[in-house]
Amino acid sequence: MTSPMTPGIAAGRLSTEEIAANFADLHPQFDAHEAQVAADRCYFCHDAPCMTACPTSIDIPLFIRQIQTDTPEAAAKTIFEQNILGGMCARVCPTETLCEEVCVREAAEGKPVEIGRLQRYATDTLMAKQSHPFSRAPETGKRVAVVGAGPAGLACAHRLAMKGHSVTIYDAKPKPGGLNEYGIAAYKTPHDFAAKEADWLMQIGGIDLRTGISIGSDITFDELRGDFDAVFLGIGLGGVNALRTGGEELATDAVEFIADLRQSSDLSALPVGRNVVVIGGGMTAVDAAVQSKHLGAENVTIAYRRGREAMPASRYEQDLAAANGVKLMFNVMPSSLAEGEITLEYTSVTDGKLSGTGETVTIPADQVLKAIGQTLTTVSGVAVEGGKIAVTGAGRTSIDGVWAGGDCTNLGEDLTVWGVAEGRDAAEDIHTTLMGA
Amino acid sequence: MADLTTDFLGIKSPNPFWLASAPPTDKEYNVRRAFEAGWGGVVWKTLGSEGPPVVNVNGPRYGAIWGADRRLLGLNNIELITDRPLQTNLDEMTRVKKDYPDRALIASIMVPCDEQSWKEILPRVEDTGADGIELNFGCPHGMAERGMGSAVGQVPEYIQMVTEWCKMYYSKPVIVKLTPNITDIRKPARAAKAGGADAVSLINTINSITSVDLDQMAPEPTIGGKGTHGGYCGPAVKPIAMNMVAEIARDPETHGLPISGIGGITTWRDAAEFMSLGAGNVQVCTAAMTYGFKVVQEMISGLSQWMDEKGYKSTADFVGMATPNVTDWQYLDLNYVTKAKIDQDACISCGRCFAACEDTSHQAILMKEGRVFEVDDGECVACNLCVNVCPVEDCITMVELPKGEVDLRTGQKRGDYANWTTHPNNPSSTAAE
Ligand SMILES: Cc1cc2nc3c(=O)[nH]c(=O)nc-3n(C[C@H](O)[C@H](O)[C@H](O)COP(=O)(O)OP(=O)(O)OC[C@H]3O[C@@H](n4cnc5c(N)ncnc54)[C@H](O)[C@@H]3O)c2cc1C
Ligand SMILES: Cc1cc2nc3c(=O)[nH]c(=O)nc-3n(C[C@H](O)[C@H](O)[C@H](O)COP(=O)(O)O)c2cc1C
Ligand code: SF4
Repeated sequence: MTSPMTPGIAAGRLSTEEIAANFADLHPQFDAHEAQVAADRCYFCHDAPCMTACPTSIDIPLFIRQIQTDTPEAAAKTIFEQNILGGMCARVCPTETLCEEVCVREAAEGKPVEIGRLQRYATDTLMAKQSHPFSRAPETGKRVAVVGAGPAGLACAHRLAMKGHSVTIYDAKPKPGGLNEYGIAAYKTPHDFAAKEADWLMQIGGIDLRTGISIGSDITFDELRGDFDAVFLGIGLGGVNALRTGGEELATDAVEFIADLRQSSDLSALPVGRNVVVIGGGMTAVDAAVQSKHLGAENVTIAYRRGREAMPASRYEQDLAAANGVKLMFNVMPSSLAEGEITLEYTSVTDGKLSGTGETVTIPADQVLKAIGQTLTTVSGVAVEGGKIAVTGAGRTSIDGVWAGGDCTNLGEDLTVWGVAEGRDAAEDIHTTLMGA
Repeated sequence: MADLTTDFLGIKSPNPFWLASAPPTDKEYNVRRAFEAGWGGVVWKTLGSEGPPVVNVNGPRYGAIWGADRRLLGLNNIELITDRPLQTNLDEMTRVKKDYPDRALIASIMVPCDEQSWKEILPRVEDTGADGIELNFGCPHGMAERGMGSAVGQVPEYIQMVTEWCKMYYSKPVIVKLTPNITDIRKPARAAKAGGADAVSLINTINSITSVDLDQMAPEPTIGGKGTHGGYCGPAVKPIAMNMVAEIARDPETHGLPISGIGGITTWRDAAEFMSLGAGNVQVCTAAMTYGFKVVQEMISGLSQWMDEKGYKSTADFVGMATPNVTDWQYLDLNYVTKAKIDQDACISCGRCFAACEDTSHQAILMKEGRVFEVDDGECVACNLCVNVCPVEDCITMVELPKGEVDLRTGQKRGDYANWTTHPNNPSSTAAE
C-alpha cells in the first residue's frame, strides 16, 4: 500500500475517505441560524467601506439587511445586479484583503462581519431555487464575440445578453469557467460549482457558447472582427514564466498540476510526490502546496525568494498553508534541480535589489512545482504594455471595436472579482458604443 | 415584481412607505434626498402658526434604549414642532411637490385650538399643492403645556371640533394623528370620524423617561442637571401601536376608516404586519433616523418579494386581512391544545428554557443526563415562554394536539371549539345545552 512515506511520485497516498475529507468545503455553507447571527452584526454603515473595497461595488449593507429580514433571495438579487458571479466570488475572494479587511468591526473588534459567507448564503439560496433573476431586453440585432469563458468573459457576455445583444463565446478549453473551472483550489469550490454556475448564468438566453475553439488558430482574429459588431477579449494569462535554473525540465507548472487535479474524477488516482517543493509566493503557490498536502505528500515546502511581508499571498493564506502542515521558507531561490532534490540559495535585498548570498541548502524534492506567475499569450495586433493588453477607460484596446478585461489586461488585480468587474464594465461600454449616443 | 403603488385617500404613491412628520422631513434638503432614496411620500415636519417659531433646547434632545450589541430599540425625544418660519416651510413644500408630483406630500399642522388660527393657516397650506394635511394632536411634550398637541388629542370633543374646522376651510384629505397617551384609543378615533376626518394616523410618541443618570440624579437626556419626559418611539413601541391600530380597525364605529400605521416600523415585515391589521399605508421615523434614508430599499424589496410569494397583486389585497382574526379573549378556543417541542438537533443546550419553565412556569421541562432538555407533555400548559426565551429560532415550536387525542396534562380528549362564554367555571356563562 502506498502511504505519504512512499518514495518518489505516487498515487493513492491516502484513503479515499481521507482525501474526500481533505477536499471538502473550506468554509461550509451557513445554515439559517448562523446566517442570522452573522448578519445581525452588520451596522448598515453609511457609504460603507466594504462596498468601496469590493471591485464590483456590491451593496453589501443592503444585502446583509435583506438577509436579516428573511429575504435572502432579494439579497442575492442585490448581489447579482453588480456581480453575476457573486456565487463564485463568495467562495474564492480573498475577503481578508477586500471587503472584510475594511469592515468597521474589523477595526473595532478584530472580527469583521463574515461578508463572504453571507454572500454565499444568499446566492446559494437563490440558485438552489434554479431561478435566474434577470430577463433579456428585446433583441437589438447586434452581435458580439467574447473570447474566453473565464470570469471576465462570462460577466461580459451576461451583461451584453441582458441588454438584448446576441453573444457568441469562444473558449479553447472543453469547459467554460476559465480558472474557476481549471485553477481555483478544489476545496474552495467543490461539487462542480463552476460548471453549475456557468449553466445558471447562461439561462439569461442569447448566449451561444462554443468550446474547443481557439481564436488565432481555429478562427483568425481578423475573421472574428469581420463577423461581429464588437469583440471582447477575456483570454487570461495562458503562458508560464520560466525558472531559468539548471534542471528546469524536472519542474512542472503548478497551474497545470492544479488543472489536472480539478479535472480528475478520482483524486486517489492522482500522483503526488513524497517531498513536494513549490516555488513561488502567490495564491497559486499556496493552492498547489495545500492541495499536494491534501493528496498525501509527506513534506511540502513553499520556497519564496523574498521575506514574508513581501509575499503576495495574504497572511490568511499563509496561515492556511501552515495550518495544513506546509513549511514556508522565505528568502530562498532555486539554484539547481536534480533527480530527487533541489538546491536553494539564500537571498538578501540591498537597495531593493534581490541577490543570492552564496549560501545554499539542498532539500529532498520528488516533485517541484513552479508557481512564479503566468504570462500573456495574446492575439495579434492588440497593443501590449508591461506584458498585458493595454486598455483605457472601460477596457478599450488599441483597436477600434475590440475591448478586453480580466487577467489579460493592465487593469485591477488578477482576481476573479476584478475579472467580473472589468467584463461587466466593458459590456456597458460596448452597449453604449453599439447603440450610439 | 409586485406593484407597490398605493392609493391612500386618493393620494397615490409609488409605495406605501411614507416618512412620518419628524426631523427626517424637516426641510427641502432632507425631503428631496428622501425621495431620491425611494420613499413613497412624506408628512412634512409639523408647522405652527405665523409668527416667531418655537425654540428647541440646545442641549441633547434624545435618549435611547439599546438591545444587545447596542442595537437601538427605543428612542425618546423632547423636540418640538418645526423651529423654522412658516413661510420658509410653505415655499419649500411648494417647490418639492412641483418637482415630485408622483410622491405624496402631506402637511402636518399644529396651531392653537381656536377657529381663527386654523382658518388662517389652511388656505396657505392649500396653496402649496400638498396632497393633504395631518393634524398633529399627538406631541406629548412642550406643545401640550401650551394647550396643543396631546392636550387636544386627549379630549375627543376638541378633536372633533378642530377636524370640523379643517373640513370647512380645506378641500383635500384630512388625516388626524392620534396620541397613544390615552386609555382608550377608540374614543379619539371616533371623534375624528365624527368630525369628518378622512383618516387617522397613529401612533405619535409615548410619554417616557428612558434612563436616569445616577451621578447627576436626573433623567436623561439631561439638560443642565434637569430632564423632562419625552416621546418614545422606535421598535420598542411597535406592539403598542399595532394594538391601537387593530382596536380602531375592528371597532364597529370606526371600522372602514382609513388608517396610516406608525410606530416602530423598521423592516418590510413590520409594515406588512401593520397593513394586515388594517393600515392602508405606513409611516416611518426612527428607522430612518437610525439607519438613514437608504433603509427604505430593504422595505421595498422585501415587501414586493413577500407579495410575489403570496400572490398579492397590490397592497390593497392584504390590507386588513388579519383584522377579523383579532378578537376578544373570551372568544378564544379553550379546547385548542398545543405542546412545546424541542428540536434536539437544533438545541445548543444553553438551558434557558429549563430555567424559565422550572423557576417561573410549570416545571414541564426535564433536564436529562448530558444537558438534554425535553418537554414533559404531562405538565406543559403551552404557555410559549420557552419558545420566547430560546436563543435559536425554530428550535422550540408549539405542536398542535390533534382533535380527539388525549392531553396528558388534563387526561381529557381534545374537544371541539368552546370558549369562556360557555365555560362551566364562568359564573355568567350561558351554558350551551
Ligand atoms: C491556481 C490559481 C488559484 C487562484 N485562486 C484564486 C482565488 O482563490 N481567488 C481569486 O479571486 N482569484 C484566484 N485566482 C485568480 C483568478 O482565477 C483569475 O484572476 C481569474 O480567473 C481571471 O479571469 P479571466 O476571465 O481574466 O481569465 P481566465 O479565468 O484565465 O479565463 C481565460 C479563458 O480564456 C480562454 N482562452 C485564452 N486564450 C484563448 C484563445 N485564444 N481562444 C479561445 N479561448 C482562449 C482560456 O481557455 C480560459 O478559459 C487564481 C488563479 C490561479 C492560477
Ligand atoms: C425627534 C422626533 C420629532 C418628532 N416630531 C414630530 C412632529 O413634529 N410631528 C408629529 O406629528 N410627530 C412627530 N414625531 C413622531 C413621529 O412622527 C412618529 O409618530 C413616532 O416617532 C413613531 O414612529 P417611529 O417609531 O417610526 O419613530 C417626532 C418623533 C421624533 C423621534
Ligand atoms: S447628530 Fe449632528 S447635530 Fe446631532 S449632535 Fe450629532 S453632530 Fe450634532
